[in-house]
Amino acid sequence: MIGGLFIYNHKGEVLISRVYRDDIGRNAVDAFRVNVIHARQQVRSPVTNIARTSFFHVKRSNIWLAAVTKQNVNAAMVFEFLYKMCDVMTAYFGKISEENIKNNFVLIYELLDEILDFGYPQNSETGALKTFITQQGIKSQTKEEQSQITSQVTGQIGWRREGIKYRRNELFLDVLESVNLLMSPQGQVLSAHVSGRVVMKSYLSGMPECKFGMNDKIVIEKQGKGPADETGKSGKQSIAIDDCTFHQCVRLSKFDSERSISFIPPDGEFELMRYRTTKDIILPFRVIPLVREVGRTKLEVKVVIKSNFKPSLLAQKIEVRIPTPLNTSGVQVICMKGKAKYKASENAIVWKIKRMAGMKESQISAEIELLPTNDKKKWARPPISMNFEVPFAPSGLKVRYLKVFEPKLNYSDHDVIKWSSVPCPAMGRFVTKKDEG
Amino acid sequence: MPAVSKGDGMRGLAVFISDIRNCKSKEAEIKRINKELANIRSKFKGDKALDGYSKKKYVCKLLFIFLLGHDIDFGHMEAVNLLSSNKYTEKQIGYLFISVLVNSNSELIRLINNAIKNDLASRNPTFMCLALHCIANVGSREMAEAFASEVPRVLVAGDTMDSVKQSAALCLLRLYKTSPDLVPMGEWTSRVVHLLNDQHMGVVTAAVSLITCLCKKNPDDFKTCVSLAVSRLSRIVSSASTDLQDYTYYFVPAPWLSVKLLRLLQCYPPPEDAAVKGRLVECLETILNKAQEPPKSKKVQHSNAKNAILFEAISLIIHYDSEPNLLVRACNQLGQFLQHRETNLRYLALESMCTLASSEFSHEAVKTHIETVINALKTERDVSVRQRAADLLYAMCDRTNAKQIVSEMLSYLETADYSIREEIVLKVAILAEKYAVDYSWYVDTILNLIRIAGDYVSEEVWYRVIQIVINRDDVQGYAAKTVFEALQAPACHENMVKVGGYILGEFGNLIAGDPRSSPLVQFNLLHSKFHLCSVATRALLLSAYIKFINLFPETKATIQDVLRSDSQIRNADVELQQRAVEYLKLSSIASTDVLATVLEEMPPFPERESSILAKLKKKKGPGAGSELDEGKKESGAELNGGVEPTASTAVSPEGWGLMPGSGGGDRTPGFYPSRVGATGNLLVDVFSDSASAAPGLAPATEDNFLRFVCKNNGVLFENQLLQIGVKSEFRQNLGRMYLFYGNKTSVQFQSFTPTVTYPGELQSHILLNIQTKAVDPLVEGGAQVQQVLNIECLSDFTLTPLLNIKFRYGGALQNITLKLPITLNKFFQATEMLSQDFFQRWKQLSQPQQEAQKIFKANHPMDSEVTKAKLLGFGCALLDKVDPNPENYVGAGIIQTKSLQVGCLLRLEPNAQAQMYRLTLRTSREPVSRHLCGLLAEQF
Repeated sequence: MIGGLFIYNHKGEVLISRVYRDDIGRNAVDAFRVNVIHARQQVRSPVTNIARTSFFHVKRSNIWLAAVTKQNVNAAMVFEFLYKMCDVMTAYFGKISEENIKNNFVLIYELLDEILDFGYPQNSETGALKTFITQQGIKSQTKEEQSQITSQVTGQIGWRREGIKYRRNELFLDVLESVNLLMSPQGQVLSAHVSGRVVMKSYLSGMPECKFGMNDKIVIEKQGKGPADETGKSGKQSIAIDDCTFHQCVRLSKFDSERSISFIPPDGEFELMRYRTTKDIILPFRVIPLVREVGRTKLEVKVVIKSNFKPSLLAQKIEVRIPTPLNTSGVQVICMKGKAKYKASENAIVWKIKRMAGMKESQISAEIELLPTNDKKKWARPPISMNFEVPFAPSGLKVRYLKVFEPKLNYSDHDVIKWSSVPCPAMGRFVTKKDEG
Repeated sequence: MPAVSKGDGMRGLAVFISDIRNCKSKEAEIKRINKELANIRSKFKGDKALDGYSKKKYVCKLLFIFLLGHDIDFGHMEAVNLLSSNKYTEKQIGYLFISVLVNSNSELIRLINNAIKNDLASRNPTFMCLALHCIANVGSREMAEAFASEVPRVLVAGDTMDSVKQSAALCLLRLYKTSPDLVPMGEWTSRVVHLLNDQHMGVVTAAVSLITCLCKKNPDDFKTCVSLAVSRLSRIVSSASTDLQDYTYYFVPAPWLSVKLLRLLQCYPPPEDAAVKGRLVECLETILNKAQEPPKSKKVQHSNAKNAILFEAISLIIHYDSEPNLLVRACNQLGQFLQHRETNLRYLALESMCTLASSEFSHEAVKTHIETVINALKTERDVSVRQRAADLLYAMCDRTNAKQIVSEMLSYLETADYSIREEIVLKVAILAEKYAVDYSWYVDTILNLIRIAGDYVSEEVWYRVIQIVINRDDVQGYAAKTVFEALQAPACHENMVKVGGYILGEFGNLIAGDPRSSPLVQFNLLHSKFHLCSVATRALLLSAYIKFINLFPETKATIQDVLRSDSQIRNADVELQQRAVEYLKLSSIASTDVLATVLEEMPPFPERESSILAKLKKKKGPGAGSELDEGKKESGAELNGGVEPTASTAVSPEGWGLMPGSGGGDRTPGFYPSRVGATGNLLVDVFSDSASAAPGLAPATEDNFLRFVCKNNGVLFENQLLQIGVKSEFRQNLGRMYLFYGNKTSVQFQSFTPTVTYPGELQSHILLNIQTKAVDPLVEGGAQVQQVLNIECLSDFTLTPLLNIKFRYGGALQNITLKLPITLNKFFQATEMLSQDFFQRWKQLSQPQQEAQKIFKANHPMDSEVTKAKLLGFGCALLDKVDPNPENYVGAGIIQTKSLQVGCLLRLEPNAQAQMYRLTLRTSREPVSRHLCGLLAEQF
């Protein structure tokens, strides 16, 4: 039961204020501003308790969204709602910025009326909302349309309306993964995990029934009683998924009993599932840093990156960020490949490489001049971070099948599915500690 | 920021600041700052030397970044370089940076100190001021070490400019506050005092602040400042508002200086010199007169300044506490403020009145404002003012207005803020007990208190009601009736149920005659509350039920049913279950006689030795009950050999409600209160504090002292904080006494100093000589320290030496004065003699002045064994078969002093029918006879 919802700009001015319950007074607006936005210390916790009132906030660029309640609510639910709210707003008017919010405040109030009712979250599926909250002028709907909207919103499949028609039926699927890795100075992997998302764009007519299959270890093992010889092949056969969450359209009962992912997709773009794996992660790159202190005023840094995948594949948009000490007074960089620059505003050397083939090596060396300080405390050596795109999933996830079945219109999946990026492009973040000494 | 002229403005800085201000988010700001920092670093690192202007600019930027909350760890060197510049703005920025970002780097400190020294030695007053400000702003120990001797020299040098003197005085004050040990006292101190005569008012103001602080440590060094301050004050007070042009603030001449002077005077006692005193009184009168004049301006600043002086003057008057006239005038002035529009004034007036109420001269004057204060309590909007009003009511309460004040506070309690309720409850409880004249009023008050604010009533308060009800026959019936009525309310507080259960269990029979409160009705009433109570209360109620069985046999069946029910006999709580089982068995097995004995009415509780109760007792005269207590206490102490602290049996009726859950056999005697426990008693704390804070003898000790006439060991004194035990031995004219000081709290006592003082004739040390060893000034919590006194009796004496104990407990100074149990009879040497010898000597001492006789009523039961023991304890030999009447006691002894020996014969004739004694003493010296006779007569 969310008591109220406020949107602030970066100065703490209220842009949107919607109160759902009487227990939230007007002063709650100010309380959040004073205690969080204008707090002396930066507030890092997304949940703040002020005078027995809980404030849950998320920040999108310079905009603060805060949900307020006096009850003991499920915090995860509130945050899920706030994220959904952001998605809905993005779907309606693009980027969330002060200007966009000011220009669309009528629309936002209308949306807030619809997706929250007396503080209880309602249908927040963009596709469904777009049928009856539009940015065009008021168009009186026919009785038929109205009854259709009502039946959809209150019906079993609230996220998809009936009677959608496309000339070309299309379905896109992306797997986006990010790798988090912590490595000791000796090169030992301390912890690594992949968190991934399966994102779909569906432009399908009628009420299609889809089925999505991947190389989930449990499913493979269940089927794998017969064809045991398949395991002899190179590469990973199956992956162990630690945990996953699904879009509301997925039939959870079926997943529980058969571990199959079947659903009727909403129209347009949506995130089918999120998952996390920690075992047997393929690390696409190795980063080998070398740091040498030359006296008190000079530091030499050398970083080598090695690509660790098939030579036929190409990694793209590689960006390595090497932090520099806080008393850096000047930097000279030499690199073989790509471009490198010292960015004073971020206290880091940023090295960009457009593309790099597998099993290659590339290095950068930098001379950092330091200003002698009288502080004895040592530089903490923050980790090196790295962004890149590779045409495979570091977790080893593979899409085994995606079936589409429409009982009435009867189009087949072969015409439909755009394997837009299978094998999927993976976004990665690669973090390692700099070598000591 | 420096006041920059156009040509001197730092454009880069202005641009940077406006960039920061325009940043949309925190992240953007951090990025901008990082960029700027990198720029400054490269500039500082750069090969070509920076000119003064850019150095200043970058240091300024660093300072700004630091003030935004970022760490700055470089730039100190550049700032130090700026110090040696000759331009004011550059020097100023350098000093600013250094005083904001102090660095502990030793090399840097050396450079900074060098620069400061150079500036101090320069003749340029602005540079000197900058250096002094920097020393004061940093104010660290290192600074004090380097400059503590330098600054006073600057201060008192003849050729120093006024503005520099001012800065030097304040700088020295700062250094003295951080490290007083490093500031050397020397010949400059006397010259500082003469700064009070300076022409320049600013210098005087700064000097007064400094002297006020210094004189707290060394009051004697600055004694001369009093007359100077008085003359300065009188010059200001008598000046017209136009005299001190620059220092007149909204028509008030030099208000800050006046306030500071008045504050300085509060550090000293009233001046002894009559002329100075006259002048001061005149000043104070003028200030009071001025308050009556119509304001010269309607501006709030004018009245603020005027009132500031007035309030400071009033606190000086209160501090002196010797001018009744001024005190009463001050009180009247404050009385006017009580109804002032300004909330702050009302608050201050109430606060000052609180202190005025404790002065004997103005107590009556304060009391005249009682109606206004009560009104303030009721209608005031600001809670802090209401709190002060409550404090003042408490302070002005005495026997005449106690009833009114208590009832007002009670009625206020119903609407009082939660934050001050607890305090008010405590105050009401203390006042009600302190000034109770009749006990039914007291019982009413406390029951009301529980009814209105039960949550805030501590255990001790209701313990106390029960003790009083049990000890007083006359209120028992009334109390039973009152609690019965109070319990009939549909919702009553658990504390009320406790009191009700206890009192009805004891005295329910007193109201059982009335059909409206028949035994069964009483029981049902109590039992209706049973299920709403906590375990402790339920246990108490179960005990009340078994008492009911004894009081009213007709309720036996009902109560047994209740006890037998599963919810009692199978209760999950062991204590309740055990009680239920035992009481059930007890009621079914024991005969009525046994039951009546076991469940007899509670015996009276021994009166605690709290100062308030002692006073109360005196007022009422010795009643039958208390006399009994007295005897019991006496014998108890004797049985314990006086080693056990008698007062630690601080009484609570807890034993009744919560008995130890041991075996059933122990239970029955346990039914009588186990009178141990309930230490750390809140109320007692308050009482004993007030007792020890009172000047003069600690009230409870007179009793104790008398007990020690006949014995040598025991507890001399005890309150909530401290216990003093005594062990002593005497031989001939010499004695040795061990004093044991026990800290009863968990907090250490500081500057603990016991000293022996000699009143009157003892001062000359020709009668009595006592040698003491000093004790450790720190007494840890729970620890005991020992002090040995060696005593030599030189001649006969009648007065008693006093023991004065001073110590700090949690910051508050405690002062206790006791009589040391050293009396002349301690140096008695018993002598055995035959009948005829006795009578022969008796006749020799037949001159009228050699005999002292007293006829008095017995205070204690006339028990021959006790009397014998007391006489032996007194020191003389008891002679059998001397007196023809065997009832009479006869004794003889010699008092040994260094200079002379005094033979002493005594005879005590009890008269059992009349409860009277006749005591006759014959000695060779007249004062000895009278003294001993007086001492001994108190014992029976």
